[in-house]
Formats: sequence, C-alpha cells, structure tokens
Amino acid sequence: MPLLEIKDLHARVEDKTILEGINLTIEAGEIHAIMGPNGSGKSTLSYVLSGREGYEVTGGEVLYQGVDLLQMAPEIRAREGVFLAFQYPVEIPGVATTTFLKAALNAVRKHRGEAELDAMQFVKLARAKATSLNIGDDMLKRAINTGFSGGEKKRAEVLQMALLEPRLAILDETDSGLDIDALKVVAGGVNALRSADRSMLIITHYQRLLDFIIPDHVHVLAGGRIVKSGGKELALELEEKGYGEFLGEAA
Amino acid sequence: MTATNETAAQISTLADEKYKYGFVTDIETDQAPKGLNEDIIRLISTKKKDPPWLLEKRLKAYKHWLTMAEPEWAMVTFPPIDYQDSYYFSAPKTTDQPKSLDEVDPELLRTYEKLGIPLQEQEILAGVAVDAVFDSVSVATTYKGKLEELGIIFCSFSEALQKCPELIREHMGSVVPYADNKHACLNAAVFTDGSFVYIPPGVRCPMELSTYFRINAAETGQFERTLIIADKGSYVSYLEGCTAPMRDEHQLHAAVVELIALEDAEIKYSTVQNWYPGDAEGKGGIYNFVTKRGACRGDRSKISWTQVETGSAITWKYPSCILQGDDSVGEFYSVAITNNMQQADTGTKMIHIGRNTSSRIISKGISAGRANNTYRGLVRILPTAEGARNYTQCDSLLIGDRCGAHTVPYIESRNPTARVEHEATTSKISDDQLFYCRQRGISDEEAVSLVVNGFCREVLQHLPMEFAVEAQKLVGISLEGSVG
Repeated sequence: MPLLEIKDLHARVEDKTILEGINLTIEAGEIHAIMGPNGSGKSTLSYVLSGREGYEVTGGEVLYQGVDLLQMAPEIRAREGVFLAFQYPVEIPGVATTTFLKAALNAVRKHRGEAELDAMQFVKLARAKATSLNIGDDMLKRAINTGFSGGEKKRAEVLQMALLEPRLAILDETDSGLDIDALKVVAGGVNALRSADRSMLIITHYQRLLDFIIPDHVHVLAGGRIVKSGGKELALELEEKGYGEFLGEAA
Repeated sequence: MTATNETAAQISTLADEKYKYGFVTDIETDQAPKGLNEDIIRLISTKKKDPPWLLEKRLKAYKHWLTMAEPEWAMVTFPPIDYQDSYYFSAPKTTDQPKSLDEVDPELLRTYEKLGIPLQEQEILAGVAVDAVFDSVSVATTYKGKLEELGIIFCSFSEALQKCPELIREHMGSVVPYADNKHACLNAAVFTDGSFVYIPPGVRCPMELSTYFRINAAETGQFERTLIIADKGSYVSYLEGCTAPMRDEHQLHAAVVELIALEDAEIKYSTVQNWYPGDAEGKGGIYNFVTKRGACRGDRSKISWTQVETGSAITWKYPSCILQGDDSVGEFYSVAITNNMQQADTGTKMIHIGRNTSSRIISKGISAGRANNTYRGLVRILPTAEGARNYTQCDSLLIGDRCGAHTVPYIESRNPTARVEHEATTSKISDDQLFYCRQRGISDEEAVSLVVNGFCREVLQHLPMEFAVEAQKLVGISLEGSVG
C-alpha cells in the first residue's frame, strides 16, 4: 500500500478553483519534489493535505496509509504523522519554543499510546536532536518563531520535524528566504531525516534546493494539474528552460 | 472541625422553618432575616463581639451608605441590586447545599478534575456538607506555631479584633475610608469576617500566607475585609483565593482589602479569582465589586498587586497604590479574562505623592464570546511627587468577533519632572496561529490556551510558583468553547 495516494483532487479557495485534478502516489521512503511557477497551486496542495480551513475540496480523494485523509481534523492528521514545514512559520509571542514543542510532541505521543515526556526529558531530547542534525538549539528558550531570522525559522521547522518523527513531511518552499549557507544547514537536517519509512513532498519554485536534497521523483505543477513527471534530471531541465512551455499548456 | 461544626449548627437551626428572628439581639440564633437596617447591623456587631467603637463605625457607614449612589462610570451593565432581598448574616444554605459530589454540577467537577484538585478539597470547594476533618488543619497548626515565633499575626479578622483591637482601630479604614464608594461603604457597615496580617519590624515572612490554609476560611462570606500591615523593613507575600471555582450562592461580593507598608517594607498581594461566572447566556454569576488599595506609607516601601481574574459575571475592581513615602514603588500586574457574557471593568490607580516614586502597570485583557473587557487606570502625579515615574502597558486580545476590549487610561501629571509612559495594543488570536498549533498535533482548545498563556506570560510570572501552574491551566479552562 502506498503511503499517500492523491486521486483526481480538485480544490478551491473562496470562488477560485486552484487544483484541477491532481494525481500523485507516494510510496514509503520516497522523496517527491513538486515544482511549478507562482500561482500554480503548490502551496494550496500543501494546505489541502494538512487540512487548513478555507481550502475546500470539491472533488477527488486522498488516501493516507489507506485511510481517507480529508475526513481527519488537522491535529489528527498531524498526530497520524503528516507534518507541514511552513513557508512562513508563525510567531506566537510569549510561548517558549520548548513549551510549544513539548505540547506538540506529547499530543503526538499520547495519540501513539506512548508516555508523555516531562520538561526535563523533553529538553534533553530536543538538545540531542538539534546536535545530531547540527542545527543548534539556541532557539529553544525563545518565544517560538518570534523575532527569528529566516534561517532560524527554517531550522526550527526542521527541529520540529525531527522531534515529531512524521511519516509524511511536506516542505513548503523551505528554501525561500535562505542564503546558501542557511540552505545547506537546513538541507543537511532534512537529509539526516531521510529514512525508509519516511516520505517527503518537497514543494519548491527553484531547483537550487534539489541540489542538496536529491528527490526520487520530480513533478511539474501548472494550472492546478501535474503536467509532467520524471526523475531528478527533470529539475535540471526546468532550471534551464524555465516554466514557459507549461504556462502555455495550462492556459 | 470548627468550620464544619458551625455549618452543621447553622443548618439544624435553619431547618426549623418556623423560627423567626424578632429584632431583639438574640445571641443564641445564627441567622438574621433578609434585608438591611440598623438592627441587623447591631446584630452582626453583637455576634462578632465588636468593641463599641466598631459598632459606631458600622452605623456611621450604614447611614452614609443610605445616601450614596451606585458608581455608574464603569463599562458594565446589570439590573439594580435589591439590597433588601439579601441576607447579611449567615445566609441559609439548607435549600441547595449538596449532600455529596453526586449532586454537584458536573461542569464544576470536570474543572476540578482538570486542575487536579484532590477529592476532599473538591468537596469543600463545592460546598458539600463535609464531616471529615480536613487534612490541612494539621498543616495550618504547624504553620501557625512557626509564624507566632516570629511575632507574625495571621488570623481571621474577628480573631484579630479580640487579639489586637488597637492595631485594627488605628488602621482599618485608613486606606479605604468608609465613604470611599458605595460598595466599600456597605462592607464597612456589614462585614462579618476576613483576614488580618501583621508583620513585625524587620521580619521577612518565611512562607506565602494564603487564605486557603487559614482555618475557617470557607465561611468568610460575601463581605470580606482584609487588613495587612507590614511594619518597617518587613516583607510578606499574601495569596488570596484559590484557583478552583467556588460554588457560591451569594450574588454580590463587596470585599475590601487594605494594605499598609511602612518604611522599607514590601507587600506582594496575589489574587486568582475564579468565582462562578454565570452560564453561557449570562444567567446567574457573581458580582465581584471589590475595593483594594494599598498605602506605601514609608520611604522605600513597595506594594505589588498581581491578579488573575477569570471568574464572576461582573468584575469591578481597581487594586491601587497610594505612593506616599519617598522612593516608594507600586506595581500592578493583571490578567482579566472574560468569556461568554462576562463583563470586567478593572485596572488600577497609582497616586504619586512622594518624591521619586515609581509605578508600573502591566495589564492583559482577554475577551471571548460576547464578553466586554475594560482596562481603566489612573496615574496621578501630585505636585509633591518630584521625579515620579510611571510605565503603563495595556494589551488586549480578542477571540472571535462578538466581544469587546476597551482601554481607558487617565493620566494627570501636576509635576513637570514626572515621566509617564503609556503603551497599548489590541490584537486577535489569528487563524494562522491556531492552524500552526493544530498542524503540530495540538488541539484547538490547547492551542488557544497556549497562545493566551503566551500573551499573559509577563503577568503570570509574577505569581508565586505554586499558583502560577494552576493559573496557567485556569487560563485554558476559562476560555473553553471560545473557538470552533
């Protein structure tokens, strides 16, 4: 059974149809990249999969581990192992990163039938994960995302992913706003989290990120549909030719 | 135990419906009829074994009260209070006192459970007629011995009237005079009990004093009176109330709290108020009309108020500081949460009289449902207050689109050397924040609790440790049902 099966998915935001029949199958352990021009529906896809309000599914289905994903509340999807690394991680003033992450991890652990961690255990674990990913734990004491630089925000997202150990990680434009050094750190963290039972869906506008996180499959999303799929070499091809040909096709 | 026996005694007297009190002082009875008049006040005075000067004070207050108008400037609305329809001494409890926890509102029990309150304490909080001796009695006794060694007086107001009447005579009403406002005036006439604290010179009280541990605390009633005196160079931290909602049938609570800090003394007063707020439609609930004020009488003295107000249908309360001593400091840290139909009009007054006095006000108002939440604060710098400083920060957080938040700061500066700063913000819990939390597996309600706790952090961290943890849980609980 595939980890994720998206079948003929249609979705709209308010009155605007954005996804017009997405088909995509992701097997356990695979890394898929979705590339496409601005406005093609990349972020919409990530929000529909994670269950954000305001994104209305008008047709098709999504099976996650064989179960209807779209019926689940967003927090249930998260606890079942769907993780979204946000393009713009949200600031929550006054809430320490440790407090936030401990609440998240314990919600997930409880769901899995595992014992909840106390503050000491949690901090120890968080530090160990940060060290192993080489991403630093300096942000743990600060209010989550509040006043973080672009790089810090993305590192914090990767640390969260490492702690929550998702089955399916969706990385929405993780490369946006990062300089090359920050990008390498973040990509290194993501690569360290690759495993046979973890799949990733990497959404990006540029090929650059895929130099560091090598995907198994690359798809081109344009006009709300996947218009072309291929191996990792497709990303290079896009880099060279741009999205011009697909823009025409989509219209 | 005394409190329990007293309650039982009251109940058996009241069970006899035919009993009628006849306006003559009858020391054998424990109940007065409804209504308020001079005879009732004389009865209360006799029952409390008041010294003659106190009866005089009560009667004077009562006469003045009759002439006073209800304060109307607050942003709260409620039907006129029928003062003749209340009991002012030993309100009957027979009709609706639950016999066991099975008879208690399950909502209330659910909250106790969430706060992790032991069963026995739940019974006391819920007003169950308990016969068992409460464990804390022994705790309280040990505790008392220790305080006595240091010369600290910590007892009920009635006990203090017998023990040290001269201290009370000197200080009572010196910070909140009986004619201050209608609610305080009523309290001056009819108060039945409360707390008294005296810390001798140079003594640092080694533990947090809490009404919760004071024997007889359960029956202090609706007109409480608290007087805390910190003598020169002393320190005390006082905790009022408890974080669990109290089942209470009285509608009007008109309490008075007076704090007096002499030279180099410091008083820290923390409140977590979680009275019954009424139902979601605004039926029932407590009117919490409280006058709290502290006087920094001595140089370099300090009074710090921290309050977390989540309960009551209406909260009308302005814990204030009169900064008389030079270099004295006043602080006010407040979280006020209103949900459903609750109304809160709360804030502080900082009156700068002495030189180089400073005050700091941090207020966090959270409004959800159809509630209204108002910060009302006065910073007054008198001509004598050379070099006075104030910093005020008022933040409001809105949840949903049917509630209201209002900030009403009054600033009066009559000294050109004073520095007064005021900052105010209003924000909403954003869908982005809630979604971000939920995407990490955190439920809706926990997400709201997290965001709001973050918003209140600056204030909550001023609470003593043991209070802070429960207060954090309470913040979440009081906002349940406010989203989704």
